[in-house]
Amino acid sequence: MEYIDILLSANFWAAAIRIATPLIFGVLGALVCERAGVLNLGIEGIFVVGAMCGWMAVWLGAGLWGGILVAALAGAFFGLLHGILTVPLGLSQHVSGLGITMFATSVSYFTYRTALPKVSSPPRIEAFQPLDIPVLSDLPFIGPALFQQTSMTFLALAMVLLVSYVLYRTPLGLAIRAVGDNPSAVEAQGLSVFVLRIGAIMAGSALMALGGAFLTMSAFDAFFFGMINGRGWICIALVVFASWRPGKALLGALLFGAFDAFQIRLQNEVGAVIPSQVFLMIPYLLSIVALVLVARKADYPRALLQPYFRGQR
Amino acid sequence: MPETESGHPLLSLQNITKIFGDLVANGNVNLDLHAGEIVALLGENGAGKTTLMNILFGHYVADQGRVMVRHSSGILVDLEPGAPQAALEAGIGMVHQHFTLAENLTGLENIVLGTESLFSRRFSRSKARAKLQELMQSSGLEVDLDLRVSKLAVGERQRVEILKALYRDARILVLDEPTAVLTPQESDSLFKTLKLLAAKGMAIIFISHKMAEVLGASDRVAVLRGGRIVADLPTSQCDRHQLAEVMVGHSVQTAERKPGYPEDETLVFAGVSAGDGREQIENVNLALCKGEIIGLAGVSGNGQSTLAKVISGLEIPTSGSVLLNGKPLKASAAAAIKSGVARIPEDRHHDGIVGAMSVEENLVLEEIRKPAYQRFGLLRFNEIRMRAQEAIKAYDIRCSGPLAVSRLLSGGNIQKIVLARTLDQQPDIVLAAQPSRGLDVGATADVHRRLQEARDRGAGVLLISEDLDELFQLSDRIAVIHRGHICEPVETEKLDKKQVGLMMAGQSIKGEQAA
Repeated sequence: MEYIDILLSANFWAAAIRIATPLIFGVLGALVCERAGVLNLGIEGIFVVGAMCGWMAVWLGAGLWGGILVAALAGAFFGLLHGILTVPLGLSQHVSGLGITMFATSVSYFTYRTALPKVSSPPRIEAFQPLDIPVLSDLPFIGPALFQQTSMTFLALAMVLLVSYVLYRTPLGLAIRAVGDNPSAVEAQGLSVFVLRIGAIMAGSALMALGGAFLTMSAFDAFFFGMINGRGWICIALVVFASWRPGKALLGALLFGAFDAFQIRLQNEVGAVIPSQVFLMIPYLLSIVALVLVARKADYPRALLQPYFRGQR
Repeated sequence: MPETESGHPLLSLQNITKIFGDLVANGNVNLDLHAGEIVALLGENGAGKTTLMNILFGHYVADQGRVMVRHSSGILVDLEPGAPQAALEAGIGMVHQHFTLAENLTGLENIVLGTESLFSRRFSRSKARAKLQELMQSSGLEVDLDLRVSKLAVGERQRVEILKALYRDARILVLDEPTAVLTPQESDSLFKTLKLLAAKGMAIIFISHKMAEVLGASDRVAVLRGGRIVADLPTSQCDRHQLAEVMVGHSVQTAERKPGYPEDETLVFAGVSAGDGREQIENVNLALCKGEIIGLAGVSGNGQSTLAKVISGLEIPTSGSVLLNGKPLKASAAAAIKSGVARIPEDRHHDGIVGAMSVEENLVLEEIRKPAYQRFGLLRFNEIRMRAQEAIKAYDIRCSGPLAVSRLLSGGNIQKIVLARTLDQQPDIVLAAQPSRGLDVGATADVHRRLQEARDRGAGVLLISEDLDELFQLSDRIAVIHRGHICEPVETEKLDKKQVGLMMAGQSIKGEQAA
């Protein structure tokens, strides 16, 4: 059976992980924001900003890690904007988030066009290359399947560990989880709801921007319009699928990556009979199905979407 | 009361004034608190008790005046206004009426939240646990620290709140309406704990509008009225009536018991069973007459809410029949309203009004289809406004006007909206579920008077209540509900409170029918 063959090829697993990487960053970022009680629909735009800024920094001469830093800072900046609008000002998180997405996307395209007015084919940079880890990369099957990835993929995996450690093992994580459940609990213990929430949104947005940067600095080596293509929205769904837990977030991202990698390969096998668009739909359909199955008993952060005003009853 | 070491009070509120718009929430409030004493802060809803405590804890900043706490050196120092962190550091612990706990965290996590630097690499549960074990033993506040708060009962959550304050070595403990959510047994045990803590040198303020617990548990009573302290005296020198008068500002006219003149039967339950689980009712036979009040006594959760739902048309009985004026009652809320059932629901904030809507909208909610308030499907604003103004006057609804947002009114005023909306339709049946729960003396007297008026006009009133005083004061006959069974109503004169209390606890409901 060709389906089994697909699943047994190292190449398929490598692709699944590669496709999952930006989603891991994005879903972690959305998770951090939502754990603090703020939905960040700016994610799609922040992906674009991260992709553009990271790439542009490298193109202008910064090192690859410098580009990553620039992308994270740019993401944090838009996070700050979303934070100010939704936390002290208490505006609708949906409206502000969608506004951030449109604004961030347009600013990125504008900057790109202004910097490169006459370029027809996008200039390339020297992107991250797959690492060659001694011993591990050379293992049969497992080596090419799991260990021939770029540094950014390993950074994403490290972030999963970091975010779960911070959330569940440190006083800061305790405060973030509390502020997403009942901000008055945090205030009554003498902590600032505003500082915690804005801080969490900025950190989350920086993670989202890294997801975008992966696309221009690792998966591809150039920036072009429309390249984010809904990845941010998928992350918003994956957070619910993950029940706001970093470990499950990783699992969700990998599952989506696997579906996507599978459909690409399936297209090659039976593409002649069924239109390719049907295959493109598969991961999205499956994520909707997974969401329906999981979301019914999802344990929402209770204060999600609710602005907090001091002294309000 | 134990002597204080240095003569200075632990806490001193001096000339506190806070004004919201036109409303003087607190005016020149002075209050001292000494170590080892329990002070009750008594006042009606809206008297400014909670505002004062929020100023103390730094949620609000006072417009004038100072909050001073005793420093460890024995002198009084100013507390930084508007900073909960400063209040916590000065040893002030607050248990809010609506608990400030994150439900997704355990009790332990809620307690240590904010006590360690946010950027320390991990929190030390073991040290916190050891300290808490000790605190729990010395205070008697036992609670499972490793359960998520969402899994804790209300009484346990309150213990977590108190432990939160003790864990931070609070010297001053403020409790806002601590018994509002507790059963009588839980309240007793709470006050025992408070006495124990006071004996160890803590100073405790609790806010209340319940006379009995104020007299029973405090050393000193401070009464707030209209934002000002109108009395501050040792509890031993107070009596109930005097306090009630000072609190309300005039002598309180509690509704007097008047007999009704029952006529024909209007609402008849014949062998009705409904609901399931704890709130089930079984084989209920009950006949309510025009012109009488039947009091239904019972501890909450014995089927009262199912009975209320059946009468309100929200639940269909599984067997038996309900007749209203000889016709079967339809299982629809709209039909219930149309056939003259006035519903005063138990949870008035949730079921009684639409919080986001204005007072006038809530007032005409049940009659919106009547030609008086609509024409060709369009609202007649002038008529609605006139109706609202009339009701606001007649029922003394304290609000800024017909357009005030209902959610922001006090419980007593919300109840008045419900009363105006339902009773002015001249109902045949009045279903009053816990109508005075959480209301202050004045508002309670108001509700009682309205129910009697409805009865005297010829309506049959079914009063569901846990409060025996209320039941004996109003009812012509009293029935008791226990585990879904209702006994035959007995004339109030033939009963005493002790008997009914025992029946509520489930003793010999059958035997009482002969009495």
